[in-house]
Amino acid sequence: MKSTLAPPSPSLIDLPDLQLDDARALLAHDARNGQPQHDESPTDYLQRVIDSLCELSLKDPLTGLGNRRHFHAALVRQIESVARSGESVLLLLLDIDHFKNINDTHGHLAGDQVLRAIGHCLARCVRPVDTVARYGGEEFAIILPNCRPLFGRTLAERIRQAVSDLCVQVSPLLNIQATISIGGAYAPEWVRSTPELWIERADTQLYRAKSNGRNQACIDQPQELSVSAEEKGLLYSHLAADEANPFEFGPGNVTNRVNA
Amino acid sequence: MNDVLSPPAHHSDLAEVPLKPLGKVLAVTSGKGGVGKTFVSANLAAALAKRGHKVLVLDADLGLANLDVVLNLYPKITLHDVFTGKAKLEDAILPAPGGFSVLLAGSGMVEYSRLTSEVRSEFLRVMNTLVPNYDVVILDTGAGISDVVLFAVSLASEVLMVATPEPTSLTDAYATIKVLVGQQQRQTIRVIINQATRPGSGAAITNQLQQVLDRFVVAGLNQPIRLVHMGDIPLDPEVRQAIMRRQLMMQATPGCPAGVALGQIARNLEESVIPRPA
Repeated sequence: MKSTLAPPSPSLIDLPDLQLDDARALLAHDARNGQPQHDESPTDYLQRVIDSLCELSLKDPLTGLGNRRHFHAALVRQIESVARSGESVLLLLLDIDHFKNINDTHGHLAGDQVLRAIGHCLARCVRPVDTVARYGGEEFAIILPNCRPLFGRTLAERIRQAVSDLCVQVSPLLNIQATISIGGAYAPEWVRSTPELWIERADTQLYRAKSNGRNQACIDQPQELSVSAEEKGLLYSHLAADEANPFEFGPGNVTNRVNA
Repeated sequence: MNDVLSPPAHHSDLAEVPLKPLGKVLAVTSGKGGVGKTFVSANLAAALAKRGHKVLVLDADLGLANLDVVLNLYPKITLHDVFTGKAKLEDAILPAPGGFSVLLAGSGMVEYSRLTSEVRSEFLRVMNTLVPNYDVVILDTGAGISDVVLFAVSLASEVLMVATPEPTSLTDAYATIKVLVGQQQRQTIRVIINQATRPGSGAAITNQLQQVLDRFVVAGLNQPIRLVHMGDIPLDPEVRQAIMRRQLMMQATPGCPAGVALGQIARNLEESVIPRPA
């Protein structure tokens, strides 16, 4: 993001005059971000502050995962890509089971630790291209581009298993084990869906997983739309005939008949 | 979200839940763009009009409509103005050069290229108002299987799938047929092969598509799917000339091979789908 142009003259950006205190306070968790480095131009410094603020605005502070804004932007990008490429993209919504009980029994700090541990566990379960976000409260969302329909259920099951195997140590004497319910839906291939409709379909599956007794994954399986190599081979077999016999339509031999 | 969830409100995706199709409505569609959907829609409308039918062509390619280009009509009032409440529906219907009526989407329809609930209900209102006034309504849909295309097709009683003999066109047509069979439970899809280079190749291609469908799709269903070959439109230099001159081929050179073929397809439709005009 750094500009390749020469830095503007100091008169254009007067650092001491800028009200950067709030921005510095927001970035204070990272010492390098707060203050200008000695060899840094004012433009580079401001760019770094802006980049850091952008990053901050997309992150969930508790878990370090993407926040809802980040998730929404990623979802919209995927919808565009699916509409053009027909790629199969899976959306998972994951909700911690009986989270209210954890909070009520062990306190909110313990609840936060469980959220953080499960968030990290989810991030470990998926590929770097996947988007893991905290959707809100005790709910997470994962967007998995290029996820073949056959793998969706296996993958969701693997995530569910990883979370239920997790043992969160909230104090030397207390370990908490939590489970999650997962609902998943593929974006309809080649179709430009909307975030609302897609989330709603995943949410319907999450509701199914919850009402079936929790600690399970339900996936809305898409229609298999891809055209396999075998299908293609059979589809194109007329082309060989065309090659072998390439005479053209003459004015007298236009014949069309309903053949069924 | 609470752990105890309330069931999500029923809000169906129409791309997935078809409506009851309307009678006498033909959707012209294709998997791939550029295979001649709009050409077929306009010229088939002219061929049917010539045979005495009262025909309306509705530009259902809301995002990237080009029926106006094919017909060389640039009206002040379009479907866009109807959707936005700026004009009355009857004022947006124009007489087209081939003796049929046309309702153009207008370039402002880009904002309607997404199927929102407003677009759905406006589209439905327009269709419900118009269909009783015509013998045949032809929906010129967009390419591909976007939610707008699938919605428009779901309103039609008959689907006319336009494809050319090229592998890419056939693959996309086949993929679209799969979607229509899966999402809309279509049992009959009518096939028109455009730019055919050899007599009989359209029937062979349709037969091929049918075989692949039977083997890979119908096997998993409990009902047969029938592809009906409605005819071939031969590759014809007159078609290109008419398009470049922005004339309707059925008006400029109705006796050319492509024109004769479209006349035959209109007759085939009368035999199978549309009642002959009184």
